Parts: sequence; structure tokens; C-alpha cells
Amino acid sequence: MQPVIQIKNLQKSYKGGFQALKDINLDIEKGEIFALLGPNGAGKTTLISIVCGIVNATSGSVTADGFDIVRDFRETRSRIGLVPQELTTDAFETVWDTVTFSRGLFGKAPDPAHIEKILKQLSLWEKKDNKIMTLSGGMKRRVLIAKALSHEPSILFLDEPTAGVDVELRKDMWEVVRGLQQSGVTIILTTHYIEEAEMMADRVGVIRKGEIILVEEKNTLMRKLGEKQLTIHLQEKLDAVPDNLKKHGLELSGDGDSLVYAYDTAAGRTGITGLLSDLSEAQIRFSDIETSERSLEDIFVNLVHEEEDDE
Amino acid sequence: MNVRGILAIYKFEMARTGRTLMQSIVSPVLSTCLYFIVFGAAIGSRITEVDGVSYGSFIVPGLIMLSLLTQSVSNASFGIYFPRFSGTIYEILSAPVSYLEIVIGYAGAAATKSVILGTIILATAGFFVDLHIAHPFVMAGFLILTSVTFSLLGFIIGIWADGFEKLQIVPLLVITPLTFLGGTFYSIDMLPSIWQKISLLNPVVYLVSGFRWAFYDKGDVPVVASFIMSMVFLGFCLALIAWIFRTGYRLKD
Ligand SMILES: Nc1ncnc2c1ncn2[C@@H]1O[C@H](COP(=O)(O)OP(=O)(O)OP(=O)(O)O)[C@@H](O)[C@H]1O
Ligand SMILES: [Mg+2]
Repeated sequence: MQPVIQIKNLQKSYKGGFQALKDINLDIEKGEIFALLGPNGAGKTTLISIVCGIVNATSGSVTADGFDIVRDFRETRSRIGLVPQELTTDAFETVWDTVTFSRGLFGKAPDPAHIEKILKQLSLWEKKDNKIMTLSGGMKRRVLIAKALSHEPSILFLDEPTAGVDVELRKDMWEVVRGLQQSGVTIILTTHYIEEAEMMADRVGVIRKGEIILVEEKNTLMRKLGEKQLTIHLQEKLDAVPDNLKKHGLELSGDGDSLVYAYDTAAGRTGITGLLSDLSEAQIRFSDIETSERSLEDIFVNLVHEEEDDE
Repeated sequence: MNVRGILAIYKFEMARTGRTLMQSIVSPVLSTCLYFIVFGAAIGSRITEVDGVSYGSFIVPGLIMLSLLTQSVSNASFGIYFPRFSGTIYEILSAPVSYLEIVIGYAGAAATKSVILGTIILATAGFFVDLHIAHPFVMAGFLILTSVTFSLLGFIIGIWADGFEKLQIVPLLVITPLTFLGGTFYSIDMLPSIWQKISLLNPVVYLVSGFRWAFYDKGDVPVVASFIMSMVFLGFCLALIAWIFRTGYRLKD
């Protein structure tokens, strides 16, 4: 099936010469939830802004539903909804008016019933006649979501939708997002909460310094996540892994004062018993043993740091 | 054409006027009354007639022009600058509306306000002086043309400005002086001949003159010259806007 969004060789240099995106290639599949992760300043918002038409690309192409975002902007933009990262709302308009405005702006015929449904879903119905400036930050965030959904987009971008949002509301939003996915909407979200990506996403992409450094099915990542680490702190430092321990695939970590063993908890045999007896045979004395689980967060942090060390 | 999109922007802008009725309508009307009192009554008692028209009546077209120019520019520039400043422009840029449609929405609303305002000032003036309009349709034509042109100019300023000061600078330092020096309160015939020649470089002279011709069948320059000048100005603003949109200047870089 043709990807719903296809990004090819996309580059962006801001005025002043800063290159925010370097040759991005990315396909988003129809109906998936795609989580885009990356440290501050990686280029997530820039990427989203280009697809939505807010920022001009320097080179490269993007299509949505097979339409070019520049040439066929009416086709692409009417399909796309965007919840921006910043809380940029009007102040004096009422919630109802601002959401109605959005629907009109996107060229859709008025449909009060649809807007009522969205506002109720997002628990904004009681606030519909309030001026936006009287709302709390979390409520403003919901207003932005309501605006993005007002024109019934089939592709939804959520740029850090849950930043500054309490636990309760975050769960509500996840519900809404799942509901949207079930109705066939493709969702691309950025987040700094890795657990959010773990819980929501079908696929995860990591972007760093304007480059996509990983795109993977979440389940594949979760399998890696099933991996545990056994760290053996040594009494005496080693220069290298002794020969009779090589078969265990150990890694010497730090400055040689610990050995790290990775094993799969899902596998029947962890190999720990064998490792420990080989250790005593080699007369390696250790001071402590600890195990830790690899989380998506570790993978993410490692990935981002490893790459940094490369430079 | 995304007509619903245009209407959404237009209505939004008109609603903004509704909320700021005081600032949008009342204050220009008030200042017009002040002009009448100060210029009409005080100076008018010395200068009784210009070109066979009483001084009070003579300044009406110029006063309306003064309000049209400043209000069109400030309304339209604020209308587009504020979303840029607050960030809500993201939604306009991500919507399936073309640049042309954005301009129609914003500048159209600003021009509408100006036309309404001009009409209100005209009615206010009717309380102070006798008014007879020789060419009502030409009058309406100039009213609309000028409102549209200067709303476009305001739109351009609102895109160019990167701070509230810049938003004020053009109306304050360019438009108001040019209007005051453009024959609003006098006929340029009253100036020494060297100043008459210099005045002809001021585009506002043509606008005021044409508008006054529509009222009293007399102008400082032929009405055709006024019309051509208005169209040149309109063409200039349209060309500038086309350039802004082609390059994404200040909007998408
Ligand atoms: N208008 C702009 N002009 C110049 N540089 C910009 C502009 N917008 C963003 N940048 C730069 O581009 C880089 C990427 O910014 P971007 O906002 O896309 O990051 P991000 O991944 O969304 O970060 P965050 O997680 O903090 O939201 C940053 O270094 C930023 O400073
Ligand atoms: Mg961002």
C-alpha cells in the first residue's frame, strides 16, 4: 500500500544558514500511530511544520495521500490536522467560536453537531461559551486539539500533545487518539515521554540533529526491551575479557572495573549459571552484581549519545 | 476557491472590530469632530470660502480621506501582525487557503471597516456643515478604492513589521504627514508655486483631490489624474503582495 505520507530527501536550512533538517526520508503508513522522538532542537517541529505548510522546505518533496504538499496544497492541507507544540490560541474568542472558525477556515460546511461531539469528547463542553483566555493551560491544549479535529482530518499531527498536561487528562487524550486511530485516522506525534511512545505508537522514529537515526516497529523495540543486563562489578580491573569467558559475549565496561552481560528473560536459559561458574573458574572476584532492564528510554538515550560520540 | 475559508477570516476580523468598537469607530469619529471644531470653527472664521465652497464643507473630503488612510493601514496591519506575533498564524498557514484568499479575508475586512467608518464620518459631518455630493457614485468609488488600496498597504506593513513600533511608524511618519500636506485642510492653489509643484509629488494630493472633486466638482488636479494615481497605487500594493507570497517573506522562512 502507498504510504499516506512520503518524505523524500527533505532538507531545511533556516535563514542565517542553520541546517535544521538534513536529507530526511520517511514513510508514514496509513492508519498507524507514529511516534517521533528526539532531543530538544532535533528538528521535530520543523519537520511537522513543513508537512503542514507552515515552513517552506529548502529542497526535497513531501506527499500526503499521493498529493504534493506544495502543488496540491488544498488537497493535502484539508486532510491534515495539526496540534502545535506552543499554546498559541486566540484570547478573546469563545471556545465555540474558535473551533467553528477552524472548521470554516478549512473549507468545511458548518456542522454544529460535530463540534459538539468533539467538545464533549475533550471535556470542553461546559466551557464552550468561555473566552479562551479564561481557560487553564491544559484546557487551552484541548482547545487546540478540538480546532485540529474540527475539520475531520484523516492525518493528525500532534506536536507534544501532552506537555504540561496532568495524568488524568493525558489518559483522556490517549483515549481520544486511540478512538481516532480506530476510525482510520493516521497519527504522528512527538513526545518527550518515552512511556507514551511505548504505550501508543505502532512505530517509533528517532531524529537527532536533523537526521532520522532509527525507524522501527515498536514491537521490535519492545523485544529489545525484554533484554536484561547483568553488571558484575569487579574487585580488580581487567584489561580485556579473559579467553575462557569470550563465549558469553561479555562486554568490559567503564574503565575495566565491570563486566556487562546481556540476556533475554524470555528465553528459557539465561546462561547466568554457566557464566558465574566460568567466572569463579577464571578466579575473577567480584564485589557486587546487579541486573537492570533496558527500557525504550535507555535505547533512546544510548542512541542519541552513541551518535554524539561518533562525531 | 475556498470561500468558506475567506468568510471565516473575514468574520473573525469583523468580530474583532465589534469587540473594539470604541477604538475602531468612536475614536475616529471623535477626532473628526475635534477637527471640525478646531479647523472648521476656528480657522473657518478667518477663511470663509475656498473655491466657492465654505471652509467647513471644503475640509470634509480631506477629513474622511485622513481617517480612511490611517484606519485602513492600522486595521489591516494589526489584523495580520497580531496572529504572527501571537503565533496563531500557524493555523492560517496550515489551512487550505491560498495567499490570495488570505489577503481577501484580511484586507477585505479592513476595507469594509474603513468604508463603514468613512460613511459614519460623512454622516457626522452632515451635522456640522451643509453637504452636497455632486458625483455620488464617483464618491463611493473613490471611498472603496482608497479603502481597499490602503488596507492592502496595511497588510504589507503587518507582514513586514517585526515589532509593534514598526507597526506604528508608517502611519505616524509617512501617512499622517503626507495627508496633512496633501491638501486635506487647504487647496494647494493657496501655496506658493514652488510648493505647489512639490505637492504634486505627494500621492495623497491626488486622492484627496479626486475625492473632493466627487463632492464639489472641483479638484486640485484633474479627476482622471486622481483615478490613474489611485490605480497605480493599487497596482503597486498588489505587486508587492504577490512578491511577498511568492517568496514566503516573513511568513514561512
Ligand atoms: N524560525 C527559525 N529560525 C531559525 N532557526 C530555527 C527556527 N525554528 C527552529 N530553528 C532551529 O532549528 C532547530 C530545530 O528546531 P525544532 O523546533 O524543529 O526542534 P524540535 O525537535 O521540535 O525541538 P523541541 O523538542 O525542543 O520542540 C533548532 O536548532 C532551532 O533552533
Ligand atoms: Mg518542537
